[in-house]
Amino acid sequence: MKDAAWIDAALTAARPQAVGALLRYFRNLDTAEEAFQEACLRALKNWPEKGLPRDPAAWLIFVGRNAALDDARRRSKQQALPSDDLISDLEDAETAIAEGMDSGQYRDDVLRLLFICCHPELPANQQIALALRIVSGLSVKEIARAFLITETAMEQRITRAKKRIAEANVPYEAPDARERTQRLTTVAAMIYLLFNEGYSASGGTVHVRVPLCEEAIRLARLLLALFPAEREIMGLTALVLLQHARTPARLDANNAIVLLQDQDRSLWNKDMIAEGIELVKKALAARQPGPYQVQAAIAAVHADAARAEDTDWAEIDQLYAVLQGLQPSPVVSLNRAVAVAKLHGPDAALAMIEPLGEQLTTYFHFYGVKGALLKQLGRVDDAREAFDRALALANTAAEADHIKMQIEQLPKRGKASAA
Amino acid sequence: MLYAILCYDSEAVTTAMSAEEDGALMDRLLAVQEKLAKRGKLGPVARLMPTNTASTLRKGPQTLVLDGPFAETKEQLLGFYVVDCETQEEAVGVASELAKAGTHGTGTYEIRPLMMFKPNAALT
Repeated sequence: MKDAAWIDAALTAARPQAVGALLRYFRNLDTAEEAFQEACLRALKNWPEKGLPRDPAAWLIFVGRNAALDDARRRSKQQALPSDDLISDLEDAETAIAEGMDSGQYRDDVLRLLFICCHPELPANQQIALALRIVSGLSVKEIARAFLITETAMEQRITRAKKRIAEANVPYEAPDARERTQRLTTVAAMIYLLFNEGYSASGGTVHVRVPLCEEAIRLARLLLALFPAEREIMGLTALVLLQHARTPARLDANNAIVLLQDQDRSLWNKDMIAEGIELVKKALAARQPGPYQVQAAIAAVHADAARAEDTDWAEIDQLYAVLQGLQPSPVVSLNRAVAVAKLHGPDAALAMIEPLGEQLTTYFHFYGVKGALLKQLGRVDDAREAFDRALALANTAAEADHIKMQIEQLPKRGKASAA
Repeated sequence: MLYAILCYDSEAVTTAMSAEEDGALMDRLLAVQEKLAKRGKLGPVARLMPTNTASTLRKGPQTLVLDGPFAETKEQLLGFYVVDCETQEEAVGVASELAKAGTHGTGTYEIRPLMMFKPNAALT
């Protein structure tokens, strides 16, 4: 990597801690961001010559805080602080602040920063956009591109979200244990949402948006590094790793969807799978299963099968049963039906999903699965009807193409009925 | 004399690398390893999974198993090499070759002479 690249990487890595701490000082998101921005500019000048400081986050917090205070004083025409170059040269000052920031402080700062982004008053798409802007430091342009909307629209979305947060009065005191657990749960949900947005785009022509997935993985890892004993965060990290490991095989050269059973498993990322499986085993060993852990375990069973026909469907069926108990939802039942079809045939699976129809009338995958089961049973007309519904509900071009292909594969109607 | 070259870096930075960057880095390191192996100087090489996967066992009257790495540090142990060198200087030279292949600005190599080395079974 060139100089600029490693400095960039170091700034990105330090960002959540630094912005989180600056937010605690200034209690204002814009001031914290500007202070961090200023610190980054100084780092770009300072680091190439002097090398990376021992604790980049502490350096950025220190320099950013001084820059902002200095700026405030200048505005009130009071005496300015000594030049920042002078201060940042002082090893002692940096050490002092690094020691002042114990890991517990970082933990709560980063958690607060993430938590602010998923304030319950914000709609999901604003939560994700805000997290990408504030925690990950993606530019508005990059985020707009990921969401396939214009830069202006994204700018507005982020400004609106920030305004709401400023009005919401998030407490700055260190949270108690119960509050911390609640925050973690909310933040985990946002990270999973971010991952899903990348994994299966909710609109447009692009079906998989890798940068969003990679960012979600980075945030999950960050959270787990801060809360290494949290089983659900471990499960979440494992889940996103295991899902993302399959990305290279999920679309073919023409960007058409390749179903799990047809994927070239040699394309799966083995390192990510190994790490994911390790994490899920570790999490489950504590015997406090939660939805992320169980979903990760299901992904691990798939990842563990060298060929599609080696998949342990009985295990997957059981895991879905556990998941249904933890988090009853028609979508979970629909997923379980796929395992049931493999174990007990399409009839049993169809019987299982019929009652879900009412709750899933607008769910693309419901009609996709239903159509596939009917197709297996040779009920061509019913299958066609289900696929037609799926086609109308498809979110991306790749989904629509996949369903069209399914329809084309159906046996053609006899000449008599076609006439 | 056998030396261990222990590789430390900020995991937050290394896990922020894209798959392509990581692959390119590994290729460059592999090239250095192959040169060493040809000269019969390279022993076991290991890359560790991220510290998120670690468990820590604290000894004491009652052993205690904790999640995560044993210490919260700025840089984490990411992997190690065992090399056969005449002198510590030569081992430092090997580490600096690895550092050059890495070519990114952070990280530390610690070079430590081995007190005991038992290769035992050749694991794959």
